[in-house]
Amino acid sequence: MKPSKRLFAWAVLMSSAAGILGAGAAFANDQLEKMSQDPKQWVIPGGDYNSQRHTKLTQITTENAHKLHPVWTFSTGVLRGHEGGPLVVGDMMYVHTPFPNKVFALDLNNEGRIVWAYEPKQDPNVIPVMCCDTVNRGVAYGEGMIFLHQADTTLVALDAKTGKVAWSVKDDDPAKGATGTSAPLVVKDKVLVGVSGGEFGVQGHMTAYNIKDGSVAWRAYSEGPDDQLLFDPDKTMAMGKPVGKDSSLKTWEGDQWKIGGGATWGWISYDPKLNLVYYGSGNPSTWNPSQRPGDNKWSMTVFARDADTGMAKWVYQMTPHDEWDYDGINEMILADTKVHGKETKALVHFDRNGFAYVLDRTNGALLEANKFDPAVNWATKVDLSTGRPEVVAQYSTDHNGADHNTKGVCPAALGSKDEQPASFSPQTGLFYVPTNHVCMDYEPYKVTYTAGQPYVGATLSMFPPKGESHLGNFIAYDVNEGKIVWSDHETFSVWSGALTTATGVAFYGTLDGDLKAVDAKTGKLLYKFKTPSGIIGNVNAFEHNGKEYIAVLSGVGGWAGIGMAAGLTGDTDGLGAVGAYKSLSSYTQLGGVLTVFSVE
Amino acid sequence: MRRDRPTGHPQAEHRMVGKLSGLLATTALAAALTLAAASLAAPGIARADDAPADAKPPADAKPYVVQNGRVDHHVFNGYRRYGDNCLRCHGPDGAGSSYAPALVDSLKHMTKEQFEDTVINGRQDVNTANQNVMPAFGLNPDVVENLDEIYGYLKARSDGVLGRGRPKKIGDDDDN
Ligand code: HEC
Repeated sequence: MKPSKRLFAWAVLMSSAAGILGAGAAFANDQLEKMSQDPKQWVIPGGDYNSQRHTKLTQITTENAHKLHPVWTFSTGVLRGHEGGPLVVGDMMYVHTPFPNKVFALDLNNEGRIVWAYEPKQDPNVIPVMCCDTVNRGVAYGEGMIFLHQADTTLVALDAKTGKVAWSVKDDDPAKGATGTSAPLVVKDKVLVGVSGGEFGVQGHMTAYNIKDGSVAWRAYSEGPDDQLLFDPDKTMAMGKPVGKDSSLKTWEGDQWKIGGGATWGWISYDPKLNLVYYGSGNPSTWNPSQRPGDNKWSMTVFARDADTGMAKWVYQMTPHDEWDYDGINEMILADTKVHGKETKALVHFDRNGFAYVLDRTNGALLEANKFDPAVNWATKVDLSTGRPEVVAQYSTDHNGADHNTKGVCPAALGSKDEQPASFSPQTGLFYVPTNHVCMDYEPYKVTYTAGQPYVGATLSMFPPKGESHLGNFIAYDVNEGKIVWSDHETFSVWSGALTTATGVAFYGTLDGDLKAVDAKTGKLLYKFKTPSGIIGNVNAFEHNGKEYIAVLSGVGGWAGIGMAAGLTGDTDGLGAVGAYKSLSSYTQLGGVLTVFSVE
Repeated sequence: MRRDRPTGHPQAEHRMVGKLSGLLATTALAAALTLAAASLAAPGIARADDAPADAKPPADAKPYVVQNGRVDHHVFNGYRRYGDNCLRCHGPDGAGSSYAPALVDSLKHMTKEQFEDTVINGRQDVNTANQNVMPAFGLNPDVVENLDEIYGYLKARSDGVLGRGRPKKIGDDDDN
């Protein structure tokens, strides 16, 4: 679609108001949006601005999926956990790696020949400041440039054709525990990037940089005074009401908000019609809730912000005063779909805390919040009128207090689901969610803040839910009915981003290394292939020279690799099932490899 | 397989300073050398001496008290501090992870001095094949002040007298 005259005029107006930007910038967004609708390419980390991870390609079907096979592979030469997935722009594929954050541009016309490779020079001292392995969730594309968010928080713009550095900026300071793991998102003439470091007491923020030169367009913090939050006390809404003055400061004791976490290390979505960007904030720091009384706003929050100015249109805090490390950063899937029978411009979010939140993305109204794993026990339900979870005292680490071991909380800190993004299939109307099925004991205690040192203050042990032996599920979830449609058991957590096809196939990877294709209607296994290492990457699709391909990075690691390499322990009796005790390291070893599949 | 590496490396202090210098300098070593003197007087290290005397068992004794799989409060504290500072890389119960070695194995061949040196000063093995960084904890009071107890806990695990999971305390009826 062409940009409407009005949109164009408006964009120019905005641009000249900003002082420097030309009309070309207005087209950049339009071009990227159009490219993202071409199923042959995969130009946005989440597949499209809606983060639906759905492909309209039709060659691979439920009938022929058993004929899938690897057609080419590419070793990244890096051992650590490989999250995210490749981009495909025109005839080029862009593959990224964990630290040292290499980027490879591969020529699809020339058997994946390396056109250019980029490897930044980074101080290795950033490595131990990264919370859970040195992961990176991928690069972004826009205006002929590839944007890489390095471990040391440098955002660098590379010429997509040559790999030449156009500009680079430092987003934050690793000496204070801020690191970069997330994939940026290009929106119009800006590139947005979040920050990691909730385990080091950062003050989380989302920042928009001007694509033209890397200058800051806006920065919005997750906690702090209104001007830092980019909140308008009268216009920014929460649960249908204006947030009012100092909505964040009021919910922290003293200056704790300055080291209050709320990192923004997940995925970003964008609705071009509403001109809103959506993302979530992570845990408040420390993990010891008694050191930070109050709701700790706006940690654990869904933000909807104006893409041009960063001003918050609405917010919703899912887990006020977190006591379990249930970061709210998982992807926000934008879907126009039926909710309780009514067509809705929905935002659907499968949170770490085990609830599937459905909001009206135009205004932030909370429509539904149901458990997407029956094991979830820390709250009975979410009160839809207040938006607050009804916390069960037995599982409240705050209620039980510091130095007390709160037992049997489900889900574990890694959540019913972590960053591994789900997929929405407009064809079936269902969401396909990779999940963790793990519970924990959690003991908080006092911790001292030292800049650049971990600021955790809790120890925990993880195990499968009572009487069960599998640690993960791949589920189909229906937001219209608010229920799980089917659930496939997995030995380990499913830590790989899902993909659905218009032909009714759903793809995901497993921690022990299988790429799996299942029937989206029933969950029946259609195909699997054991890749060289465990999969924590996301499955992407593209077409080249008339052929449809499925691509996924394997390379075990991340939090899952840390938690499960040695196997989990159960401290409760009756956990006799052997499967759960088997260590992941007896299934798979490190090493990053991209595997590309097709049916012919 | 991991090869044995020398610990107590003379450059260790410099690395720690590299970290302190804010990771901003691209040439950390140059910065490190100029700041090395300052690091030696860093307050965090001095605090090790302030640790309660009873945390240090006599030289010939085991560095932990474990009776019938139950632990004293020192070992228990070691377990908690391990959980807070080390687990995220070395995995639950010192059992190793995809990221860092199993310390229950390491302590079978490391001396206490080598252990302390590694934790205080950190260690790096960064090259084209590896990106292994063990951070320096010399300035982290939560670690330095509890290092004997962390060691005691891990040594008990390594010696096989303590199983996985949260240890039970001697004399506690309930397991809290
Ligand atoms: C950020 C990740 C990280 C954290 C946190 C961490 N370590 Fe390490 N540690 C490593 C890595 C990686 C290595 C291996 C370094 C190498 O290959 O030289 C290592 C090595 C070690 C070794 C040497 C093991 C051997 O076999 O030679 C010891 C001892 C050790 N760590 C103790 C600790 C203790 C105690 C803590 C907590 C106070 C801790 N580590 C926290 C990453 C970490």
